[in-house]
Amino acid sequence: MAALSDFINLYLLPGLVVGCIYALGAIGISLLFGILRFAHFAHGDMMTLGAYLAIIFTASWGWSPYAALPVAVIGAAIVALGLDRAFYKPFRRAPGIVSVIASFGVMLMLRSAIQLIWGVDVKTYDIGIRFPMEFGLLKIAPRQVTIVLVTAALVVALHLFLTRTRLGKAMRAVSDDADLARVSGINVEQVIRWTWIIGAGLAAAGGVFIGIQTKVHPNMGWDLLLPLFAAAVLGGIGRPYGAVAGGLAIGLAQELATYRWFSDEPFVDPGYKPAVAFSVMVVMLIWRPTGLFKGRS
Amino acid sequence: MTLLGFSSYLIALGTMSGIYALLCLGLNLQWGFAGLFNAGIAAFFAIGAYVAAILASADSAVHLGGFGLPVALAWPVAMAAAGALAWVIGRICLTLQGDYLAMASIGIAEVLRIIIKNEEWLTGGTRGIAAIPRPFETLLPAPWNNLAFLGLIVVLVAIVYLAAERAWASPWGRSLRAIRDSDVAAAAIGKNVAQFRLEAFVLGAMVMALAGALSAHYFKFLGTTAIEPLMVTFLVWVMLIVGGSGNNRGAILGAMLIWLIWSATELLTNRLPAEWITRSSYIRVLLIGLLLQVVLQKFGKGLLPEKPPRLVGERRETR
Repeated sequence: MAALSDFINLYLLPGLVVGCIYALGAIGISLLFGILRFAHFAHGDMMTLGAYLAIIFTASWGWSPYAALPVAVIGAAIVALGLDRAFYKPFRRAPGIVSVIASFGVMLMLRSAIQLIWGVDVKTYDIGIRFPMEFGLLKIAPRQVTIVLVTAALVVALHLFLTRTRLGKAMRAVSDDADLARVSGINVEQVIRWTWIIGAGLAAAGGVFIGIQTKVHPNMGWDLLLPLFAAAVLGGIGRPYGAVAGGLAIGLAQELATYRWFSDEPFVDPGYKPAVAFSVMVVMLIWRPTGLFKGRS
Repeated sequence: MTLLGFSSYLIALGTMSGIYALLCLGLNLQWGFAGLFNAGIAAFFAIGAYVAAILASADSAVHLGGFGLPVALAWPVAMAAAGALAWVIGRICLTLQGDYLAMASIGIAEVLRIIIKNEEWLTGGTRGIAAIPRPFETLLPAPWNNLAFLGLIVVLVAIVYLAAERAWASPWGRSLRAIRDSDVAAAAIGKNVAQFRLEAFVLGAMVMALAGALSAHYFKFLGTTAIEPLMVTFLVWVMLIVGGSGNNRGAILGAMLIWLIWSATELLTNRLPAEWITRSSYIRVLLIGLLLQVVLQKFGKGLLPEKPPRLVGERRETR
């Protein structure tokens, strides 16, 4: 029983939590690809930005990170709108790959700005130690419950937005066929603005969750990029629901791969977790590049 | 600064510009010629650097090595190793569209970096590989050996440049440009798209590996900090975009210009008060990012834009 308890508490639950965080980042990558037709390489750094924006409030005024989360989300959305206006809007009519190069530049600028403002040291939110709740075999930390529940709530909200609101429907229309959407009178620029707000907002929430779960450092966005892309590709790029499934799958795969499956040693050395995400991505690219949920090719 | 100090600074500047020029020429083969979006330059640079260092360095208790091969042998092997890796990756990824190749190649570079960091028996991990011999080091006295090494780099850059120019004007280069601009049209007139792409990808990777090998032997030490994606992958992209992709001279110009800015600003910021020196390196990255954006928006084709080669028999005046 101890082995099962270990498996659930040390591998399955952390995998689920990491998966939620990846899902929040991958949704943005997938939505942006659907609407703007380019892979946003600065998306990991949007998550870092969210995590650091929250630090302003936790460090200076002693806010709880959960209270700082909405402010960080709004802040990241505003920054994303500014970045879009300055660095992506000029390339709307250019091939998508030019925007990818521009996102390289944004990535360098975001990261160095974060390093400049907040320094390079690892930071935490000072939540204090909360003892995990025990339910028989399960040992669940309150923050794990919060992260999973808030992520679920955000995904449901996104679903309602995409299916019930005019703007959400317009967003799906632009994603399916931008030209057709434009001639049917949809304000494409408005749709793009909301894509940035949602994508950057969810990324910022994911970034704050990383800070709540572990710690914050300026390079974490770079380390996130590979699992985020893997999640988006797995779910079928351009498909936000696929990105959620992909994020959960990649998070679980990374954690479960380090379990002692066949011997007393971890099956995959924990240092190689990013390689697990990469392997999944490569297998998908060979076997089914459109992803499990038939995304864009 | 003394005259000797200044001249050794110039030599160092030239050496690094040359190494970056090779990286840029390699990337130009892939992106400028064939439109292949390689976001994992660091992977091929690292393969070149580590294979050369392991083959040529002295015996060590920590990592694999002690073969003591001469560079004339180690460097071609390093290039071949990177070419082999590029071939495998190319077979898997080159059918993918631009963004997918970018994601896959960045993944390869990251996984390779993790392997290099973790497998100490092979690479020395974060402690790295020390005592890599630099050519001419024991042959000549102090400033002259560095100058000779610079000369070697200049010769190598010239060889790669001339070969790339020949390739640009050749039917091979023309086919690559046709594939880059429309792979469907190129396939329709019977070009083997996959094969051409693979060739450009492998050749570019080999040039990048040569740059990696040169860099390892220049610094005489190789650790994981030498293959940081910022300094290898992204700086090279900035160089090629600024210089002008699709133009071999642009690639070299971009490398020299950006490296000059990069190292001259370091010289400048070192005079700042101490508490600003650590921060200044981030200001430099910020400005390099901004420079990339300005060039992309204002000079989309770079300082030396791409131009098609002169046709046989065409007169200069007509252009």
